Amino acid sequence: MAVEHPPATPAGDQSRIHDIGYRGYDGPRLGRAYARRSLYSQTLRGSYGLGRSVKSKVLPMLLFAVICVPAAIMVAVAVATKAHDLPVPYTRYAIIMQAVISLYVASQAPQAVSRDLRFKTIPLYFSRPIETADYVQAKFAALASALFVLTGAPLVVLYLGALLAKMDFGHQTKGFGQGLLSAALLSLLFAGIGLVIASVTPRRGFGIAAVIAVLIVSYGAVSTLQAIADSQGSSGAVPWIGLFSPVTLIGGLSSGLLGGTNTFPGDGPSHTQGAVYLLVIVGLVAACYGLLLRRYKKVGL
Amino acid sequence: MYDPTVARLTYRALLGRRRALILGALPLLLIVISVVVRGLAGADDQTASDLLGGLALATMVPIIGVIAGTGAIGPEIDDGSVVYLLSKPIKRPTIILTKLIVAIAVTMVFSALPTMIAGLILNGNGQQIAVAYTVAALVASIAYAALFLLLGTVSRHAVVFGLVYALVWEALFGSLVPGARTLSVQQWSLAVAHKVTGGDLVTSDVSLTTGTVLLVAVTVLATWYAGQKLRSLTLAGEE
Repeated sequence: MAVEHPPATPAGDQSRIHDIGYRGYDGPRLGRAYARRSLYSQTLRGSYGLGRSVKSKVLPMLLFAVICVPAAIMVAVAVATKAHDLPVPYTRYAIIMQAVISLYVASQAPQAVSRDLRFKTIPLYFSRPIETADYVQAKFAALASALFVLTGAPLVVLYLGALLAKMDFGHQTKGFGQGLLSAALLSLLFAGIGLVIASVTPRRGFGIAAVIAVLIVSYGAVSTLQAIADSQGSSGAVPWIGLFSPVTLIGGLSSGLLGGTNTFPGDGPSHTQGAVYLLVIVGLVAACYGLLLRRYKKVGL
Repeated sequence: MYDPTVARLTYRALLGRRRALILGALPLLLIVISVVVRGLAGADDQTASDLLGGLALATMVPIIGVIAGTGAIGPEIDDGSVVYLLSKPIKRPTIILTKLIVAIAVTMVFSALPTMIAGLILNGNGQQIAVAYTVAALVASIAYAALFLLLGTVSRHAVVFGLVYALVWEALFGSLVPGARTLSVQQWSLAVAHKVTGGDLVTSDVSLTTGTVLLVAVTVLATWYAGQKLRSLTLAGEE
C-alpha cells in the first residue's frame, strides 16, 4: 500500500518564487528617520485626540481647559488688583494641579501603547525599518511633549499675564524659565512612569487605574508620612521621605534647586538635597527608558 | 437573580492571573504605612482618623471600586465577548445583579478588610475609629461598585470618568466647594459611619437621612439603569 512519494525536489532552478505580476515599488523610500518622525507626530496628535473620534477629544481637551482656566483667573485677578507678583509662583503651579496632570498621564499613556499590544500591531511596526529603540523613543518623546504642552501652557498664560500687568520683567522671566525647566523634568518623569506601567498591560482600563494608583496613592502616602514625621519632631526626615513619590520629587526639586516655594511641611530641601532629587529624577527617567527597551525587545514577536 | 456561572466568570476576570496581586498591592501599602506610622507616632486617634479618612476612604476605596466595578463588565464589552454571555437565556438584569454582587464582594474584601486591619494597627480601635471607617468603607463599596458598574455599561472610557468623579469631584471640588460634598459617596458613607459609632472624630457634612436615602437611591437606580442599558446594548467598533 505504501505510496511511493516523489523524492524531495532537487535544489536548483526548479524551486523559485513565481512572479505573479505585481508591480514593484521603485519610488523613494523614506527610511527609518521618517518612520520614527511619523510615529512621534501621530502619537502626539493622538494624545490630544486630533485625528481621532470626537469622543476621544473630550477628555484631553477638558483636562487642558481645566489646567489653563485657573491660570487665566489668577492673571485676571492680579491685573485687576494691580499686584506686584503672581499669587502662585511658576514652579508651584504644576504641584497644585498634580491631580489633573496625573489623570492626563493615566488616560493617555495606555492610549499610546496599550492598543498596539492588544491589537497585536507591534510586529507590524517592527517589520518596517524601525528598531525597538526607535519605537520607544518616539512614544516616550511624544508623551513627554504632550505633557510639556499641558504643563507649559498655563505657565505661558501666567507669564504673558504678568508682562501685561507690567510686573518686573527680569524677575518674571527668571521664574518662568525655572517653571519651564521643572515642567520639562515633570513631563519626562511622568511620561516614563506612565509608559512603563501601561506597556505591561494590553487592557486599557487596567492600565489607567494602575498609573493613577502609582501617582496619586504614592503622593497621598508620602504627604501623610511627611506630615507625621514633621509633627513628631523628626523634620530632618521630611525631605528624604519626599523622594518616594513622583509629585513630591518634582516639588522638592523646584524648592531645592529652582528657587520655588517650599511645598513640604517644615523646612524645605537644602541645595544638596535638591541635587539628590535631580539625580533621582534623572536616574528614574533613565531607568524607565531602559525598562521600556527591555520590554519591547521581545514583545509580541 | 444570581447566576453562579456568571459569578465564577466575573471572579476569574477580576482576580485571575496576576490581577489579584495588583489589586492586593494597594491594601498592602496601606497596612505597611499604618505600621510605619504606628512606629513613628505611636497610637494617636487624630492621626489614625486622618490616615484612614484621607488615604483609605478617600483614595483606596474609590480606586478599588473603579477597578472592580468597571472591570466586572468593561473588558467584556470592550472586546465584544459579551455577546456570548448575552446570547444565553439569562435575564440581563440577572447578569448585572450577579456582576454587581461580585464587584461589591471584591471591593469589600480589598478595601474594607484592610481598612479594618490598618485601623487596628494604628490605634487598636480606640474611640471605635477602626470600626467606623470599616463601616464607611463597606457602605461606600456598595455604592461605588453599583455606580462604576453602570459607567462600565455606558461608556468605553468608564475608568477615566470613574476616576475623575472619585479624585476630582470628591477630593478636589469636595475640599473647595462645600456644596459638592452633598453629592459625594464618601460623605454619605461617613454619615452612616458617624451614626454607627457616634464618635466625634468621624463626622460628615450630610445628615444621616440624606446620606442613607441618597446611597440607596444611587445604588438601586444605577443597577436598574445598567440592566436597561445591557438590554439594548450596541457593540461599537474600536474607534
